[in-house]
Amino acid sequence: MAVLQFREALKHAIDEEMSRDERVFVMGEEVAEYNGAYKVTEGLLDKYGYRRVIDTPISELGFAGLGVGAAMNGLRPIVEFMTFNFAVLAADQIINHATKVKYMTGGQADCPIVFRGPNASAGQLGATHSVAYDSMYAHFPGLKVIYVSEPNDAKGLMKSAIRDENPVLFMESEQMYGLKGEVSDEEDFIIPIGKGKIKREGSDVTLVAHGKMYHLAVQAANELAKDGIECEIIDPRTVKPLDLELILKSVKKTNRCIVIDEAHPFAGFAAEIGFLIQREAFDYLDAPVLRVCLPDVNAPFSKPLFDAWLPSPKQIIDAVKQVSY
Amino acid sequence: MAKKATSDIRFAPTGMESPEKGGVQKGVDLPAATRKKHKSLGLTAQQLKDMYHQMYLQRRFEERAMQQYQKGKFGGFLHLYIGQEAISTGTVFAFNNDDDIITAYRDHGWGLCRGISANEGMAELFGKATGCSGGKGGSMHFANVKEHFWGGYGIVGGHIPIASGLAFANKYNANGRISACFFGDGAVDQGALHETMNLAQLWKLPTIFVVENNGYSMGTAAKRHTVAEIVDRAKGYGKKSAVINGMDVFSVYEKMKEIADDVREHSEPWFVEIRTYRYRGHSMSDPQKYRTKEELEEYQNIDPIERLKSYLVAEKVCNEAEISSIEESIEDEVLAAVTFADESPFPDQSELYTDMFVEDNPYFHV
Repeated sequence: MAVLQFREALKHAIDEEMSRDERVFVMGEEVAEYNGAYKVTEGLLDKYGYRRVIDTPISELGFAGLGVGAAMNGLRPIVEFMTFNFAVLAADQIINHATKVKYMTGGQADCPIVFRGPNASAGQLGATHSVAYDSMYAHFPGLKVIYVSEPNDAKGLMKSAIRDENPVLFMESEQMYGLKGEVSDEEDFIIPIGKGKIKREGSDVTLVAHGKMYHLAVQAANELAKDGIECEIIDPRTVKPLDLELILKSVKKTNRCIVIDEAHPFAGFAAEIGFLIQREAFDYLDAPVLRVCLPDVNAPFSKPLFDAWLPSPKQIIDAVKQVSY
Repeated sequence: MAKKATSDIRFAPTGMESPEKGGVQKGVDLPAATRKKHKSLGLTAQQLKDMYHQMYLQRRFEERAMQQYQKGKFGGFLHLYIGQEAISTGTVFAFNNDDDIITAYRDHGWGLCRGISANEGMAELFGKATGCSGGKGGSMHFANVKEHFWGGYGIVGGHIPIASGLAFANKYNANGRISACFFGDGAVDQGALHETMNLAQLWKLPTIFVVENNGYSMGTAAKRHTVAEIVDRAKGYGKKSAVINGMDVFSVYEKMKEIADDVREHSEPWFVEIRTYRYRGHSMSDPQKYRTKEELEEYQNIDPIERLKSYLVAEKVCNEAEISSIEESIEDEVLAAVTFADESPFPDQSELYTDMFVEDNPYFHV
């Protein structure tokens, strides 16, 4: 095990895949000469040159679509968005083209592409820079959506994403890039897409949390342990395909579940998990499934308002206490 | 600004309300056609016959498709290419067989030109398993990827960046192939075009942007939906450009060959406006009140298929009997395609879940 920053884990994954497959290339804003807006691609230009590490203009729709065409024509693009908030401009290419071209042509064209970048909020950046898009994209058939929380998952799943033959959205967080964690140094370390992980065992309540929210769940669980409440934390890692089995197994053991999600409440990830648990484990529940997520309100700038907007460990603790009767 | 009554305020340029006063803006002005004869264009007599065969096939295929649509044999949209056949034909004859072509939803002619049989095309319209896209694409999504026809695309302008992606991969692999993206004048107003024109120029991609300007973005005349001359868009990007007479297959062939050679040699994109006219409505539900009968007739009088036919006879490439024989064989082929489509099975219910993912046992959320 080596201790790596989140950004280093991602870079190692990309580097390894670029070196084993010449079809893999990286493009995005500031990825080459600037060495990456968040330094995920640092050093790759020096190593692989201008053909395979390519700076784009600020043209999300243009370069996302260009990536789709390149993928259809035999390459394996890694398209970096400076944040998924900007990728909304490219949504036509992700939703209408990358996910549909294979189906519409009756299987004649594939689209092996990775769209990656930070997702959701990163402090006081205002309303347009603070949205979590994993639930929204998971809605669309044909996309695999990954939103990881730790460097080890980042590395193993990024390698899987690059090798996948289908379009994959890989989500990160500005606030996690510097996070350190142990990363497997096993050769060719891979984590399969669609497999969640029990990251903390406990018998009293199941917390389902992915991405940045996972770390809030850990804080809440540590606090609750002081009161003798043992949380089991499931990190699905992949939003879609979803490892429902792992979640259900835990819920059937703890009989209670809180879903922590950085999306807005309506039709989000938390809503979906809640629905699935009531359908599949109704008789096991001792309390309603609750969710801790964003309010149905835009991200404010002002610090106290922002803090009130973002889910907090306290909200998780309150939710756990609410179901622990 | 002087104050005006709010009732006098207008935004979109008007046209449809006063056609008799010249309010309807004529769609396009055609540039002169080439004066060269086939030999000086390097075309053999056989190639001319093949061109005629192809153009006539596209025309009759769509006329029969229209009848079948009106008979209720299939649903969805049906956008006909009738009138524009010289563009697909001239281009495909000018290109190498492995050059990559992608187009918008008015795509039947392009598919037929790039190896989709009348049977596979008609069956696709009918939504049958034997269709070129297995019945999953329909009229707007013909494709024949193995012959480098990447498909028709239904989102206006959505395929423009994809075309440059095809070119990117060709440059990346240094395989000598070029790509060409065909789209209508309506797509010129999409932001995707601007972004891709810039990217393609900046990255020196071997690609050609081709506007098939048929004068109307659905029911809106070109001069009512976009400013200035379309071809002049090229200037802002420092792009090489051309305007071509799309009612003449020789003009299309000559210029597209020249452009393809240049793109292949210099790996630099072109922006081309091919002016043409569609005889039918935007789709089958279009009452066509936005243009005059006279305008339509003006173009039908210079029909590209009739033009080629006259040339073939005048230059003694074919006699009338040979032309009739080509036409009759196509008539049979297209009628047989209707029968084939009608009698073909619909896709099996299990096909609903195929072609979504590459792997054999993909995940579907339930």
